[in-house]
Amino acid sequence: MNANNKKIRMDQLVLAVVSYSWVTLVAVICVLPFLLILGGSFTKESEIVLEGFKLIPKQFSLDAYRFIFEYPEDIIRAYGLTVSLTAIGTSLSLFFISMSGYVIQRTDFKWRNIFSFIFYFTTLFSGGLVPLYILVVNYLKLNNTFWVLLLLPMINVFYILVMKSFMRSIPAAITESAKIDGAGDFTIFIRLILPLCKPALATIGLFVALAYWNDWYYSLLFISDQKLYPLQYYLYKIIGNVDALKIVAEKSGNKVPDLPGEGLKMALTMVVTGPIIFLYPFIQRYFVKGLTIGAVKG
Amino acid sequence: MKTPFLRDLHRYKTLLLMLLPALLFVLLFQYTPMLGLVLAFKEYTYAKGILGSDWAGIDNFRFFFISGDVWRVTRNTVLYNAAFIVINLVLQVGIAVMLSEIRSRWFKKISQSLMFLPFFISWVVVGTIAYNLLNYEHGTVNTLFGAAGIDPVNFYSTPGVWPFLLVFFNAWKAVGYGAVFYLAAIMSIDQEMFEAAETDGANAFQRIWYITIPCLKPTMMILTLLAVGQIFRGDFGLFFNMVGGNGLLFSATDVIDTFVYRSLVENNEIGMSAAIDFYQSVLCFVTILLVNGIVRRTDKDSALF
Repeated sequence: MNANNKKIRMDQLVLAVVSYSWVTLVAVICVLPFLLILGGSFTKESEIVLEGFKLIPKQFSLDAYRFIFEYPEDIIRAYGLTVSLTAIGTSLSLFFISMSGYVIQRTDFKWRNIFSFIFYFTTLFSGGLVPLYILVVNYLKLNNTFWVLLLLPMINVFYILVMKSFMRSIPAAITESAKIDGAGDFTIFIRLILPLCKPALATIGLFVALAYWNDWYYSLLFISDQKLYPLQYYLYKIIGNVDALKIVAEKSGNKVPDLPGEGLKMALTMVVTGPIIFLYPFIQRYFVKGLTIGAVKG
Repeated sequence: MKTPFLRDLHRYKTLLLMLLPALLFVLLFQYTPMLGLVLAFKEYTYAKGILGSDWAGIDNFRFFFISGDVWRVTRNTVLYNAAFIVINLVLQVGIAVMLSEIRSRWFKKISQSLMFLPFFISWVVVGTIAYNLLNYEHGTVNTLFGAAGIDPVNFYSTPGVWPFLLVFFNAWKAVGYGAVFYLAAIMSIDQEMFEAAETDGANAFQRIWYITIPCLKPTMMILTLLAVGQIFRGDFGLFFNMVGGNGLLFSATDVIDTFVYRSLVENNEIGMSAAIDFYQSVLCFVTILLVNGIVRRTDKDSALF
């Protein structure tokens, strides 16, 4: 009996040691790159060039950040664009997604299965990049417009299906009794159904907002006008293109050789990612909650 | 006299109007491009448009297939995705099981938060992180190599290391996010089963192997199936931001999606890129139907549709 107890304690000890150390290792690997970028952004350029990127700089320097904020117009414009895309896009997206989700789960709506299938089929088959590209550029002529950035990430069919299954858990009696009282379908949706969907709206809203905030793909495809660069694409351009850095340098009146190039890339990454890093500890629990509601099987 | 259809149309007019925005979106940006796949068989010119352009038969497919590119990019896409699926599954299930074994609440919370961080950032930022780590002149990895007396490696001209790097960064971005699903599944396991196992004298590892893992099987199945259905779609964000236009690495890193992008946007070869696009769309569709069909036959509850 005693020996048995001891054996159980031994295997639990081993499991605990393995669990704690492995989880710690993975967690550290997940954050370390961010700390390296942070360190790099505060390192003097000469130190990066001579000794490479390090976690803790020997010589602390604000040069890179000073450089960015000396000529902040581009970054402020990109911020403004991304913030407005995220705000407008997410609101419209949530409105349209929940509205269509509501309609296709109404059991008294005769055509609900046809429309559900129309949505569902797009998760099975897709035309891919080329026809979409031709459509947007040659037919709709939406390239280099605000609209392409706003529209393309707006409807994710997957979220319509999630919304549909979430709304199924709301008693149909609510809709029925309101109909008897003479309320219209739209009024029922806005006044009675939407307030009950807050948890689903919060989670889907966060996913949509994150998609807007992090989008660089549609800008890569459709935007060549510098004034329409959202944040991520602006960062992409600066990272991949030393010439873009030189333009920044010339605008700000600095000589190109003085340019804190490597540090600047890191500082810009911090400026672009900053809001997300600060916000995510607060919002991640909504992600976790939403994911576990049963988002897997739409 | 109204026909029944018109009567229904009238009766459902509010509901139909409510459906309209999302429906229009899907018709315009999803269904129109599906029809646009006909481009694969056309000699597209801007002036004549998609429908008006001359038929090209299978000419668009010829070069892609003869040059051997089809084999290279398809192989890369499938092998990378297969590696992602296996590594992510093992890592995420492992982390979820270990997290569930951790008693300290604050430790669990903080470590879970830290692992979730990479999910929230864009692939562009992941690209910067890779650059910071791997850059030949000042990259952290080479700095460490230097300190340890190892010759620096120019990662950006060594294709052989990229399969490992891409698998690593993919796993890195997905681990915290994926673990959430499995952790939720573990939390919903009936605690009595564990207690019963304990009384029967099972040790901690037997408990995990014989109870936790089998209970996770349905979640593993669904997530894996979803991923297998997409096995012919490369993750453009990952490959494009890590490798970009670096032709030195293409032999080991080019996937269907990056190849289509380059053919279309950079080389403006609309016919050929449409052909590859068509090839990929059909492969994806067939895979999804096939996977679902097999699952339906063996385990009906796990089937997607």
